[in-house]
Amino acid sequence: MHKARKLDVMKRIWLKIAILAIVGSTVSAWAGEGESPGVRNCTWCHGTSGQGYMVAPRLAGQRPQYIESQLRSFAEHTRDNPFSKQYMWDAVAALRPHEARDLAIYFATLTPKAANDGDRDLAARGRTIYIEGIPESNIVSCYACHGPNAEGVRDIPRLGGLAYFYLKGRLEQWGKGYHSGAASPMPLVASHLGPKEVEALASYLSFVK
Amino acid sequence: MSRDRRKGRTMRSIDLRLAGSALLLAVIYSAACHADEGGTVVKQGLQAKLEYCKTCHGLSGQGYLGYFPMPRLAGQQPEYIEAQLRAFIERRRTNPIMFNVAHVLSPSMLTALATHFRGLNPKPFGGAPRGSISTGKKIYDEGLPEANVPACSACHGMDGKGQNEIPRLAGQLYPYTVGQLTSWKTVRGQGSTADTSAIMAPTAHNLTRSQVEAVAAYVSYLQ
Repeated sequence: MHKARKLDVMKRIWLKIAILAIVGSTVSAWAGEGESPGVRNCTWCHGTSGQGYMVAPRLAGQRPQYIESQLRSFAEHTRDNPFSKQYMWDAVAALRPHEARDLAIYFATLTPKAANDGDRDLAARGRTIYIEGIPESNIVSCYACHGPNAEGVRDIPRLGGLAYFYLKGRLEQWGKGYHSGAASPMPLVASHLGPKEVEALASYLSFVK
Repeated sequence: MSRDRRKGRTMRSIDLRLAGSALLLAVIYSAACHADEGGTVVKQGLQAKLEYCKTCHGLSGQGYLGYFPMPRLAGQQPEYIEAQLRAFIERRRTNPIMFNVAHVLSPSMLTALATHFRGLNPKPFGGAPRGSISTGKKIYDEGLPEANVPACSACHGMDGKGQNEIPRLAGQLYPYTVGQLTSWKTVRGQGSTADTSAIMAPTAHNLTRSQVEAVAAYVSYLQ
Protein backbone atom coordinates (compact mmCIF):
# COMPACT_ATOMS: atom_id res chain seq x y z
CA MET A 1 0.00 0.00 0.00
CA HIS A 2 2.71 2.42 1.16
CA LYS A 3 5.08 1.30 -1.59
CA ALA A 4 2.42 1.65 -4.29
CA ARG A 5 1.72 5.25 -3.31
CA LYS A 6 5.45 6.06 -3.31
CA LEU A 7 5.72 4.62 -6.82
CA ASP A 8 2.77 6.70 -7.88
CA VAL A 9 4.40 9.89 -6.61
CA MET A 10 7.66 8.98 -8.34
CA LYS A 11 5.81 8.41 -11.60
CA ARG A 12 4.17 11.80 -11.34
CA ILE A 13 7.48 13.53 -10.70
CA TRP A 14 9.06 11.82 -13.71
CA LEU A 15 6.10 12.83 -15.84
CA LYS A 16 6.54 16.45 -14.76
CA ILE A 17 10.24 16.35 -15.58
CA ALA A 18 9.49 14.83 -18.98
CA ILE A 19 6.92 17.56 -19.74
CA LEU A 20 9.32 20.27 -18.64
CA ALA A 21 12.02 18.82 -20.87
CA ILE A 22 9.73 18.82 -23.90
CA VAL A 23 8.48 22.34 -23.21
CA GLY A 24 12.06 23.52 -22.61
CA SER A 25 13.26 22.11 -25.93
CA THR A 26 10.46 23.79 -27.90
CA VAL A 27 11.06 27.11 -26.19
CA SER A 28 14.76 27.01 -27.02
CA ALA A 29 13.85 26.12 -30.61
CA TRP A 30 11.60 29.21 -30.65
CA ALA A 31 14.28 31.42 -29.33
CA GLY A 32 16.69 30.21 -32.00
CA GLU A 33 17.22 32.02 -35.27
CA GLY A 34 15.63 31.07 -38.59
CA GLU A 35 12.28 29.42 -38.98
CA SER A 36 11.36 27.37 -35.95
CA PRO A 37 8.79 24.58 -36.39
CA GLY A 38 6.18 26.97 -34.90
CA VAL A 39 6.98 29.66 -37.44
CA ARG A 40 6.92 27.09 -40.25
CA ASN A 41 3.40 26.12 -39.22
CA CYS A 42 2.37 29.73 -39.87
CA THR A 43 4.32 30.35 -43.08
CA TRP A 44 2.82 27.20 -44.58
CA CYS A 45 -0.29 29.33 -45.26
CA HIS A 46 0.90 32.91 -44.64
CA GLY A 47 3.65 32.64 -47.24
CA THR A 48 7.42 32.57 -47.05
CA SER A 49 8.69 35.25 -44.69
CA GLY A 50 5.07 35.93 -43.70
CA GLN A 51 4.22 38.04 -46.76
CA GLY A 52 0.72 36.57 -47.04
CA TYR A 53 -0.79 34.27 -49.61
CA MET A 54 -4.37 34.19 -50.94
CA VAL A 55 -6.78 34.37 -48.00
CA ALA A 56 -4.01 34.28 -45.40
CA PRO A 57 -2.95 37.88 -44.67
CA ARG A 58 0.58 39.21 -44.55
CA LEU A 59 2.04 38.96 -41.04
CA ALA A 60 5.39 40.57 -41.81
CA GLY A 61 5.64 44.02 -40.23
CA GLN A 62 2.28 43.66 -38.47
CA ARG A 63 1.94 45.21 -34.98
CA PRO A 64 2.97 42.52 -32.46
CA GLN A 65 0.19 43.47 -30.03
CA TYR A 66 -2.33 43.10 -32.84
CA ILE A 67 -1.05 39.63 -33.84
CA GLU A 68 -1.26 38.56 -30.20
CA SER A 69 -4.77 39.93 -29.75
CA GLN A 70 -5.96 38.18 -32.91
CA LEU A 71 -4.45 34.85 -31.85
CA ARG A 72 -6.36 35.31 -28.59
CA SER A 73 -9.59 36.13 -30.43
CA PHE A 74 -9.21 32.93 -32.54
CA ALA A 75 -8.69 30.89 -29.38
CA GLU A 76 -11.72 32.50 -27.74
CA HIS A 77 -13.73 32.17 -30.98
CA THR A 78 -14.59 35.88 -31.00
CA ARG A 79 -13.08 36.38 -34.47
CA ASP A 80 -15.69 34.36 -36.27
CA ASN A 81 -15.57 34.94 -40.03
CA PRO A 82 -15.58 31.76 -42.17
CA PHE A 83 -11.82 31.48 -42.87
CA SER A 84 -10.96 32.19 -39.26
CA LYS A 85 -13.34 29.48 -38.16
CA GLN A 86 -12.15 27.03 -40.80
CA TYR A 87 -8.39 27.48 -40.34
CA MET A 88 -7.37 29.60 -37.40
CA TRP A 89 -9.57 28.28 -34.58
CA ASP A 90 -7.89 24.86 -34.76
CA ALA A 91 -4.48 26.27 -35.65
CA VAL A 92 -4.21 28.21 -32.38
CA ALA A 93 -6.00 25.74 -30.11
CA ALA A 94 -2.77 24.39 -28.60
CA LEU A 95 -0.85 27.68 -28.67
CA ARG A 96 0.13 28.99 -25.24
CA PRO A 97 0.20 32.75 -24.50
CA HIS A 98 4.02 32.99 -24.39
CA GLU A 99 4.28 31.12 -27.70
CA ALA A 100 1.76 33.52 -29.23
CA ARG A 101 3.89 36.44 -28.02
CA ASP A 102 7.08 34.94 -29.47
CA LEU A 103 5.40 34.39 -32.85
CA ALA A 104 3.98 37.93 -32.83
CA ILE A 105 7.40 39.46 -32.12
CA TYR A 106 9.04 37.30 -34.79
CA PHE A 107 6.63 38.28 -37.58
CA ALA A 108 6.56 41.95 -36.54
CA THR A 109 10.31 42.21 -37.19
CA LEU A 110 10.09 40.95 -40.80
CA THR A 111 10.09 43.68 -43.44
CA PRO A 112 6.69 43.96 -45.15
CA LYS A 113 6.30 44.21 -48.92
CA ALA A 114 3.25 46.04 -50.31
CA ALA A 115 0.85 43.76 -52.20
CA ASN A 116 0.23 46.42 -54.89
CA ASP A 117 -2.72 44.44 -56.22
CA GLY A 118 -5.59 46.95 -56.04
CA ASP A 119 -7.17 49.03 -58.81
CA ARG A 120 -4.86 52.01 -59.41
CA ASP A 121 -7.73 54.14 -60.71
CA LEU A 122 -9.53 53.84 -57.37
CA ALA A 123 -6.51 54.61 -55.19
CA ALA A 124 -7.01 58.40 -55.05
CA ARG A 125 -10.64 58.06 -54.00
CA GLY A 126 -9.60 55.46 -51.44
CA ARG A 127 -6.98 57.80 -50.00
CA THR A 128 -9.57 60.57 -49.53
CA ILE A 129 -11.93 58.20 -47.71
CA TYR A 130 -9.03 56.86 -45.63
CA ILE A 131 -8.07 60.33 -44.43
CA GLU A 132 -11.38 62.20 -44.28
CA GLY A 133 -14.05 59.53 -44.14
CA ILE A 134 -17.34 60.69 -45.66
CA PRO A 135 -18.83 62.86 -42.90
CA GLU A 136 -22.09 63.42 -44.83
CA SER A 137 -22.71 59.63 -44.81
CA ASN A 138 -21.39 59.13 -41.27
CA ILE A 139 -18.35 57.19 -42.54
CA VAL A 140 -15.50 57.76 -40.09
CA SER A 141 -11.89 58.56 -40.94
CA CYS A 142 -9.59 55.49 -40.91
CA TYR A 143 -6.58 57.73 -40.30
CA ALA A 144 -7.72 58.66 -36.76
CA CYS A 145 -7.02 55.14 -35.52
CA HIS A 146 -4.74 53.50 -38.12
CA GLY A 147 -2.39 56.49 -38.49
CA PRO A 148 -1.19 58.77 -41.29
CA ASN A 149 0.58 56.01 -43.20
CA ALA A 150 -1.76 53.14 -42.25
CA GLU A 151 1.02 51.83 -40.01
CA GLY A 152 -1.23 51.06 -37.03
CA VAL A 153 -0.27 51.40 -33.36
CA ARG A 154 -0.38 49.06 -30.34
CA ASP A 155 -3.16 46.52 -31.08
CA ILE A 156 -4.56 48.59 -33.97
CA PRO A 157 -3.29 46.83 -37.11
CA ARG A 158 -1.07 48.06 -39.90
CA LEU A 159 -3.21 48.15 -43.04
CA GLY A 160 -0.66 49.54 -45.50
CA GLY A 161 0.29 47.05 -48.19
CA LEU A 162 -2.12 44.28 -47.19
CA ALA A 163 -3.63 42.40 -50.14
CA TYR A 164 -6.70 43.88 -51.87
CA PHE A 165 -8.55 40.58 -51.60
CA TYR A 166 -7.97 40.32 -47.87
CA LEU A 167 -8.87 43.95 -47.08
CA LYS A 168 -12.02 43.78 -49.18
CA GLY A 169 -13.04 40.49 -47.57
CA ARG A 170 -12.60 41.75 -44.02
CA LEU A 171 -14.53 44.97 -44.66
CA GLU A 172 -17.36 43.04 -46.30
CA GLN A 173 -17.51 40.46 -43.51
CA TRP A 174 -17.84 43.11 -40.83
CA GLY A 175 -20.61 44.70 -42.82
CA LYS A 176 -22.35 41.30 -42.73
CA GLY A 177 -22.13 41.13 -38.95
CA TYR A 178 -19.06 38.95 -38.30
CA HIS A 179 -17.07 39.89 -35.22
CA SER A 180 -13.52 40.73 -34.40
CA GLY A 181 -11.89 41.04 -31.01
CA ALA A 182 -14.22 42.20 -28.29
CA ALA A 183 -14.82 45.97 -28.23
CA SER A 184 -13.55 46.47 -31.79
CA PRO A 185 -15.41 49.34 -33.45
CA MET A 186 -14.85 47.79 -36.90
CA PRO A 187 -18.23 46.05 -37.39
CA LEU A 188 -19.90 49.43 -36.76
CA VAL A 189 -17.44 51.27 -39.01
CA ALA A 190 -17.80 48.82 -41.89
CA SER A 191 -21.60 48.71 -41.73
CA HIS A 192 -21.63 52.21 -43.24
CA LEU A 193 -19.38 51.35 -46.19
CA GLY A 194 -20.89 50.56 -49.60
CA PRO A 195 -19.19 48.25 -52.17
CA LYS A 196 -17.62 51.24 -53.97
CA GLU A 197 -16.06 52.60 -50.78
CA VAL A 198 -14.76 49.13 -49.86
CA GLU A 199 -13.12 48.69 -53.28
CA ALA A 200 -11.58 52.16 -53.17
CA LEU A 201 -10.17 51.69 -49.65
CA ALA A 202 -8.82 48.19 -50.34
CA SER A 203 -7.20 49.44 -53.55
CA TYR A 204 -5.54 52.43 -51.92
CA LEU A 205 -4.25 50.45 -48.95
CA SER A 206 -2.75 47.69 -51.11
CA PHE A 207 -0.29 50.27 -52.50
CA VAL A 208 0.74 51.89 -49.21
CA LYS A 209 4.35 51.11 -48.32
CA MET B 1 -92.36 76.16 -51.05
CA SER B 2 -90.57 78.82 -49.05
CA ARG B 3 -90.13 76.49 -46.15
CA ASP B 4 -88.59 73.97 -48.49
CA ARG B 5 -86.23 76.58 -49.89
CA ARG B 6 -85.23 77.66 -46.40
CA LYS B 7 -84.66 74.05 -45.50
CA GLY B 8 -82.51 73.63 -48.60
CA ARG B 9 -80.46 76.68 -47.71
CA THR B 10 -79.92 75.42 -44.16
CA MET B 11 -78.85 72.05 -45.47
CA ARG B 12 -76.45 73.68 -47.87
CA SER B 13 -74.90 75.82 -45.17
CA ILE B 14 -74.54 72.77 -42.93
CA ASP B 15 -72.89 70.95 -45.82
CA LEU B 16 -70.55 73.87 -46.33
CA ARG B 17 -69.73 74.07 -42.67
CA LEU B 18 -69.11 70.32 -42.56
CA ALA B 19 -66.94 70.49 -45.63
CA GLY B 20 -65.12 73.46 -44.11
CA SER B 21 -64.37 71.72 -40.86
CA ALA B 22 -63.41 68.54 -42.69
CA LEU B 23 -60.97 70.57 -44.76
CA LEU B 24 -59.64 72.24 -41.66
CA LEU B 25 -59.21 68.88 -39.96
CA ALA B 26 -57.48 67.52 -43.01
CA VAL B 27 -55.11 70.48 -43.08
CA ILE B 28 -54.37 70.16 -39.35
CA TYR B 29 -53.93 66.40 -39.66
CA SER B 30 -51.56 66.60 -42.59
CA ALA B 31 -49.61 69.40 -40.91
CA ALA B 32 -49.35 67.26 -37.80
CA CYS B 33 -48.20 64.33 -39.92
CA HIS B 34 -45.55 66.40 -41.60
CA ALA B 35 -44.33 67.77 -38.32
CA ASP B 36 -44.11 64.21 -37.01
CA GLU B 37 -42.27 63.01 -40.10
CA GLY B 38 -39.87 65.91 -39.76
CA GLY B 39 -39.35 65.01 -36.12
CA THR B 40 -38.54 61.38 -36.95
CA VAL B 41 -36.13 62.38 -39.70
CA VAL B 42 -34.32 64.74 -37.35
CA LYS B 43 -34.32 62.06 -34.65
CA GLN B 44 -32.95 59.38 -36.99
CA GLY B 45 -30.37 61.85 -38.28
CA LEU B 46 -29.28 62.62 -34.73
CA GLN B 47 -29.07 58.93 -33.77
CA ALA B 48 -26.93 58.13 -36.83
CA LYS B 49 -24.67 61.11 -36.14
CA LEU B 50 -24.28 60.14 -32.48
CA GLU B 51 -23.28 56.63 -33.52
CA TYR B 52 -20.74 58.22 -35.88
CA CYS B 53 -19.26 60.39 -33.09
CA LYS B 54 -19.12 57.47 -30.68
CA THR B 55 -17.30 55.22 -33.16
CA CYS B 56 -14.21 57.31 -32.37
CA HIS B 57 -15.03 58.97 -29.03
CA GLY B 58 -16.14 55.72 -27.36
CA LEU B 59 -19.52 54.03 -27.20
CA SER B 60 -20.45 55.98 -24.08
CA GLY B 61 -18.40 59.05 -24.94
CA GLN B 62 -15.62 58.03 -22.53
CA GLY B 63 -12.90 58.66 -25.13
CA TYR B 64 -10.77 56.21 -27.11
CA LEU B 65 -7.15 55.64 -27.96
CA GLY B 66 -6.62 55.33 -31.69
CA TYR B 67 -3.45 56.46 -33.45
CA PHE B 68 -4.44 59.80 -31.89
CA PRO B 69 -6.16 60.12 -28.52
CA MET B 70 -9.87 60.86 -29.04
CA PRO B 71 -11.05 63.00 -26.13
CA ARG B 72 -13.81 62.15 -23.68
CA LEU B 73 -17.02 64.01 -24.55
CA ALA B 74 -19.19 62.52 -21.80
CA GLY B 75 -20.28 65.13 -19.30
CA GLN B 76 -18.57 67.87 -21.26
CA GLN B 77 -19.99 71.40 -21.09
CA PRO B 78 -22.29 71.88 -24.13
CA GLU B 79 -21.08 75.46 -24.62
CA TYR B 80 -17.51 74.20 -24.82
CA ILE B 81 -18.34 71.44 -27.34
CA GLU B 82 -20.23 73.92 -29.53
CA ALA B 83 -17.44 76.49 -29.30
CA GLN B 84 -14.83 73.89 -30.28
CA LEU B 85 -16.88 72.54 -33.21
CA ARG B 86 -17.19 76.11 -34.47
CA ALA B 87 -13.44 76.61 -33.96
CA PHE B 88 -12.76 73.50 -36.12
CA ILE B 89 -15.12 74.79 -38.83
CA GLU B 90 -13.53 78.25 -38.84
CA ARG B 91 -10.05 76.66 -38.66
CA ARG B 92 -9.19 78.48 -35.46
CA ARG B 93 -8.41 75.04 -34.02
CA THR B 94 -6.16 72.95 -36.24
CA ASN B 95 -7.23 69.35 -36.66
CA PRO B 96 -7.35 67.59 -40.02
CA ILE B 97 -10.02 65.09 -38.96
CA MET B 98 -12.33 67.33 -36.98
CA PHE B 99 -12.57 70.00 -39.68
CA ASN B 100 -14.14 67.45 -42.02
CA VAL B 101 -16.36 66.09 -39.27
CA ALA B 102 -17.60 69.48 -38.11
CA HIS B 103 -18.16 71.38 -41.33
CA VAL B 104 -21.14 69.21 -42.37
CA LEU B 105 -22.99 69.75 -39.07
CA SER B 106 -25.95 72.13 -39.08
CA PRO B 107 -26.20 74.57 -36.15
CA SER B 108 -29.19 72.67 -34.71
CA MET B 109 -27.34 69.32 -35.01
CA LEU B 110 -24.35 70.87 -33.29
CA THR B 111 -26.52 71.90 -30.35
CA ALA B 112 -28.32 68.53 -30.20
CA LEU B 113 -25.00 66.61 -30.12
CA ALA B 114 -23.52 68.86 -27.43
CA THR B 115 -26.65 68.45 -25.28
CA HIS B 116 -26.58 64.66 -25.66
CA PHE B 117 -22.98 64.25 -24.46
CA ARG B 118 -23.67 66.47 -21.46
CA GLY B 119 -25.96 63.73 -20.10
CA LEU B 120 -23.49 60.81 -20.26
CA ASN B 121 -21.46 59.78 -17.22
CA PRO B 122 -19.27 56.69 -17.80
CA LYS B 123 -16.24 55.84 -15.64
CA PRO B 124 -12.96 57.55 -16.59
CA PHE B 125 -10.97 55.85 -19.37
CA GLY B 126 -8.00 55.35 -17.01
CA GLY B 127 -4.50 54.17 -17.83
CA ALA B 128 -2.53 57.26 -16.75
CA PRO B 129 0.68 56.80 -14.73
CA ARG B 130 -0.11 57.15 -11.02
CA GLY B 131 3.30 58.28 -9.74
CA SER B 132 2.73 62.02 -9.94
CA ILE B 133 -0.96 62.26 -9.07
CA SER B 134 -0.36 64.03 -5.75
CA THR B 135 1.89 66.61 -7.45
CA GLY B 136 -0.83 67.04 -10.06
CA LYS B 137 -3.46 67.58 -7.39
CA LYS B 138 -1.37 70.27 -5.72
CA ILE B 139 -0.87 72.15 -9.00
CA TYR B 140 -4.57 71.71 -9.84
CA ASP B 141 -5.80 72.98 -6.46
CA GLU B 142 -3.22 75.68 -5.73
CA GLY B 143 -1.40 76.52 -8.95
CA LEU B 144 2.31 77.42 -9.06
CA PRO B 145 2.47 81.07 -7.92
CA GLU B 146 6.25 81.28 -8.51
CA ALA B 147 5.77 80.22 -12.16
CA ASN B 148 2.69 82.35 -12.83
CA VAL B 149 0.43 79.33 -13.08
CA PRO B 150 -2.98 79.97 -11.51
CA ALA B 151 -4.89 77.18 -9.79
CA CYS B 152 -6.71 75.11 -12.43
CA SER B 153 -9.55 74.69 -9.93
CA ALA B 154 -10.24 78.45 -10.00
CA CYS B 155 -11.82 78.14 -13.47
CA HIS B 156 -12.34 74.41 -14.06
CA GLY B 157 -13.86 73.89 -10.60
CA MET B 158 -12.58 71.85 -7.64
CA ASP B 159 -14.22 68.75 -9.12
CA GLY B 160 -12.94 69.47 -12.67
CA LYS B 161 -16.43 69.68 -14.17
CA GLY B 162 -15.85 73.06 -15.87
CA GLN B 163 -18.53 75.66 -16.59
CA ASN B 164 -19.98 77.11 -19.80
CA GLU B 165 -17.12 77.55 -22.29
CA ILE B 166 -14.56 76.33 -19.74
CA PRO B 167 -14.21 72.61 -20.35
CA ARG B 168 -14.69 69.69 -18.01
CA LEU B 169 -11.32 68.04 -17.37
CA ALA B 170 -12.54 65.27 -15.07
CA GLY B 171 -11.94 61.86 -16.65
CA GLN B 172 -10.21 63.30 -19.70
CA LEU B 173 -7.73 60.97 -21.45
CA TYR B 174 -4.19 61.45 -20.17
CA PRO B 175 -2.45 61.52 -23.58
CA TYR B 176 -5.08 63.95 -24.88
CA THR B 177 -4.58 66.48 -22.07
CA VAL B 178 -0.79 66.18 -22.35
CA GLY B 179 -1.01 66.65 -26.13
CA GLN B 180 -3.22 69.73 -25.88
CA LEU B 181 -1.24 71.49 -23.16
CA THR B 182 2.10 70.90 -24.89
CA SER B 183 0.94 72.14 -28.30
CA TRP B 184 -1.56 74.81 -27.25
CA LYS B 185 -0.05 77.65 -29.28
CA THR B 186 0.14 75.72 -32.55
CA VAL B 187 -3.33 74.16 -32.33
CA ARG B 188 -5.66 76.63 -30.61
CA GLY B 189 -6.69 80.18 -31.41
CA GLN B 190 -5.18 80.17 -34.90
CA GLY B 191 -5.43 83.39 -36.94
CA SER B 192 -7.98 84.98 -34.67
CA THR B 193 -8.09 87.12 -31.57
CA ALA B 194 -11.75 86.26 -30.94
CA ASP B 195 -10.99 82.90 -29.37
CA THR B 196 -11.39 82.04 -25.70
CA SER B 197 -8.43 79.64 -25.93
CA ALA B 198 -6.13 82.68 -25.55
CA ILE B 199 -6.84 82.55 -21.80
CA MET B 200 -4.96 79.25 -21.48
CA ALA B 201 -1.95 80.16 -23.64
CA PRO B 202 0.30 81.71 -20.94
CA THR B 203 -0.57 78.96 -18.43
CA ALA B 204 0.15 76.19 -20.93
CA HIS B 205 3.44 77.94 -21.74
CA ASN B 206 4.48 78.26 -18.09
CA LEU B 207 3.97 74.59 -17.20
CA THR B 208 6.95 72.27 -17.64
CA ARG B 209 6.46 68.92 -19.38
CA SER B 210 6.52 66.99 -16.10
CA GLN B 211 4.06 69.42 -14.50
CA VAL B 212 1.73 68.97 -17.49
CA GLU B 213 1.97 65.20 -17.09
CA ALA B 214 1.23 65.43 -13.36
CA VAL B 215 -1.88 67.58 -13.84
CA ALA B 216 -3.08 65.45 -16.78
CA ALA B 217 -2.70 62.27 -14.71
CA TYR B 218 -4.58 63.81 -11.77
CA VAL B 219 -7.58 65.03 -13.77
CA SER B 220 -7.80 61.79 -15.77
CA TYR B 221 -8.89 59.94 -12.61
CA LEU B 222 -11.42 62.54 -11.42
CA GLN B 223 -14.97 61.22 -11.74
